[in-house]
Amino acid sequence: MKRFKAITVSIISASLMFSLAGCGGTSAEPDAAGTADTAETAEESSDSVYRTLDEIVEDGTINIGVFSDKNPFGYVDENGDYQGYDVYFANRIAEDMGVDVNFVSTEAANRIEYLQTGKVDLILANFTVTPERAEEVDFALPYMNVALGVVSPDDKVIESLDDWNPDDEMIVISGTTAETYLVENYPDITLQKYDSYATAKNALENGNGAAWANDNTEVIAFSLQNEGYTVGIPSLGSQDTIAPAVSKGNDTLLNWINDEIVSLGEENFFHTDYEETLADTYGLDYEESLVVEGGKTTDAE
Amino acid sequence: MPDLGLEVLFKGKNMLRLLGGLWAALEISLISVLLSIPLGILLGIIMVRKELVLRVITRTYFEFIRIMPQLVLLFIVFFDSTKLFGINLSGELSSVIVFTLWGTAEMGDLVRGAITSIPKHQYESSLALGLNNAQTYFYVIIPQTVRRLLPLSVNLITRMIKTTSLVLLIGVVEVTKVAQQIIEANRTSSPNAAFGVYLTVFMMYFLTCWPLSILASRLEKKWG
Repeated sequence: MKRFKAITVSIISASLMFSLAGCGGTSAEPDAAGTADTAETAEESSDSVYRTLDEIVEDGTINIGVFSDKNPFGYVDENGDYQGYDVYFANRIAEDMGVDVNFVSTEAANRIEYLQTGKVDLILANFTVTPERAEEVDFALPYMNVALGVVSPDDKVIESLDDWNPDDEMIVISGTTAETYLVENYPDITLQKYDSYATAKNALENGNGAAWANDNTEVIAFSLQNEGYTVGIPSLGSQDTIAPAVSKGNDTLLNWINDEIVSLGEENFFHTDYEETLADTYGLDYEESLVVEGGKTTDAE
Repeated sequence: MPDLGLEVLFKGKNMLRLLGGLWAALEISLISVLLSIPLGILLGIIMVRKELVLRVITRTYFEFIRIMPQLVLLFIVFFDSTKLFGINLSGELSSVIVFTLWGTAEMGDLVRGAITSIPKHQYESSLALGLNNAQTYFYVIIPQTVRRLLPLSVNLITRMIKTTSLVLLIGVVEVTKVAQQIIEANRTSSPNAAFGVYLTVFMMYFLTCWPLSILASRLEKKWG
């Protein structure tokens, strides 16, 4: 029995050492199993992870990462076809580039990885431009605005936060940009914080707060789906933008996309896109505040 | 009858898309199972050998795969193989690799457990009867091992089928992803669709795994 114990202990300690050492080289194991299939894909491994514009055109297919479950920006309809504001733009890019489009279903959490590994050429997945992300990928010109919005009941519409009644409270969802923004810029407004969309919605409907601040697309959709509420402030605070993104350093593709966005601006392409895909959800009233045409953001608030 | 939003399933090709998604999940799990079983048996036999080096290597492999969440393994194979080696594996192939690695490890441990659970007197009795080592294994040990192994490995297969829902995170559109797509596409027209669609997906998984569970419990009764 003693001998058995000694062996067990030595095995455990040895395997611990091995597994610690193994952490660095984890990919070697899967690699061994995959060798049979690496031959067919090896040709794609050049010096850079991405494909240049010429390589994409030559290949005849562009891989574009989009959301497949974010209606109305990128989703799949009942016939299995990709639809939405981002997808409409993606199809136009492929058309003008003269290539077919292969849509890749991405998640919010893996969009950067897809570009860093060159598994897609372009991401059009409602990608908000932030300084942190710009270090990992290259953003092209923007094609949509996102900002905060404030929705309030019809009988007491709040159109400005400057004359806020000190007795009123503002509903926010914890951890959202709306909360951060209000704490920084309007420290005098008392916040009522909720954990989820559903509880915040209930709070507004029960009159617990005077208004609800959230992403403007969310509050606009809410006011259109629920009667008796108006978005008094459709665009609050710093405007963020949504833009296409390519792998870091893929300048040929980036420049082509930028030129494309500018030239599409001449035909008001993104307004048509909005009317075709977003108008059902957000109505035509918000077209000007949401659409960015020709890559030019106007700070008209 | 509460409104489950089941009507979305009959819109366009939605039902076919769900079934296509189920097939995508089954394809990955079936290929992985077919590869895992022989590899796992081999691994299990190595794991019971007395050589220390072999034991340490197989044990390390087993513990590593078992400790790592499958999702992490999927990301390592799908993204890091490209980042580190420039090998561009498809989502489906990456999934098969990960599920085979995982299935082999788990199967290996089941085989190891089944072999070591055969009492020592079985070996000694057969040797005493004049059987040689190979005969002992072939006529006495392996038949008993297989009986103990079958129900356990059927359970492993059902676990592998259910875990395939993770592959949607590396871009493989399988049944759970199709369900999410259908729910989201009908968010405004059928807000309750989540209930109906997920209920359907539940039934699909159930109808796939249930026959396997029945098989496992039958085998257990027959041979257990």
